[in-house]
Amino acid sequence: MLQGISNEAFVLGCSAIGAGIAMIAGLGPGIGQGIAAGKGAEAVGRQPEAQGDITRTMLLGQAVAETTGIYSLVIAIILLFVRPLLAGL
Amino acid sequence: MEVLIQIGGKEIFIPDTIVNVWFVAIVLIVFALVVNSKMKKAKLDEEPSNFQLILEVAVESIDNLVKTTMGEQNLGFAPYIFTLITFIMASNLSGLLGITAPTSDYSVTISLALITFVLSQYWNFKNSGGLLGYLKGYTEPMALLTPLNVIGDLANPISLSFRLFGNVMGGGIIMGLLYSALGYFAPIVTAPLHIYFDIFSGVLQSFIFTMLSMIFIGGKEA
Repeated sequence: MLQGISNEAFVLGCSAIGAGIAMIAGLGPGIGQGIAAGKGAEAVGRQPEAQGDITRTMLLGQAVAETTGIYSLVIAIILLFVRPLLAGL
Repeated sequence: MEVLIQIGGKEIFIPDTIVNVWFVAIVLIVFALVVNSKMKKAKLDEEPSNFQLILEVAVESIDNLVKTTMGEQNLGFAPYIFTLITFIMASNLSGLLGITAPTSDYSVTISLALITFVLSQYWNFKNSGGLLGYLKGYTEPMALLTPLNVIGDLANPISLSFRLFGNVMGGGIIMGLLYSALGYFAPIVTAPLHIYFDIFSGVLQSFIFTMLSMIFIGGKEA
């Protein structure tokens, strides 16, 4: 079944699959940011006068939580556009 | 708009993001010069113009941000923070003009992050009282954790630069895919996405970059 496929096409296809698998990491930051936003909404409900501070802290925390998702995005971009694995052929 | 320079048979390729950095920088420099000459002519006993009021609000809000995050004694960092947030915001918003956003090039974000990194290390060095105190800061709370502290410090510019780069680059890729997939009907769908990726995400990321810079610079002391 794999006989008609050149080495290059095989590496490219596997890189695309790898990029897709890498983006599964987007799950974690999504859940984490959702929890942070929920807690922020709770805090605003309890103390509406501190809304500015709460929003700022929440956004900062979400940005830090996002880091792992961004790493996976960068890896996916590198796999798709830089194609480092083709150099190993 | 790429530039190809030939010097003595060697070709130097300058990608369009770098040209856009110059574009944004020149626009900001001209704006700063205009503001400078206008503010020098402003009279204290007269009613301020709308333009002056807007600028005063901007400068004051950054001053307050620096005061609340870094403390009253670090107000000297406010010009750097203001420059940083203006440059990153202008870079991110330049995606609205149809040019590639300069911050979607990793070399731009890593240089911005390295400026903050060097500044934070210098400030840390200066405040910890000489080389010995600076090195001693890495053995806190115990000597066993020194490698962890060093890695934690080195990871700061990397995570800082990748965060900005990944956000802007990811938005740009999604917009590019939509534009190429939808053809002439693209503006119907992409207009709200421009609001999200360019305006909301761009302003938010510039704010977060400067916020984290302030924490990295001012967080070591106390």
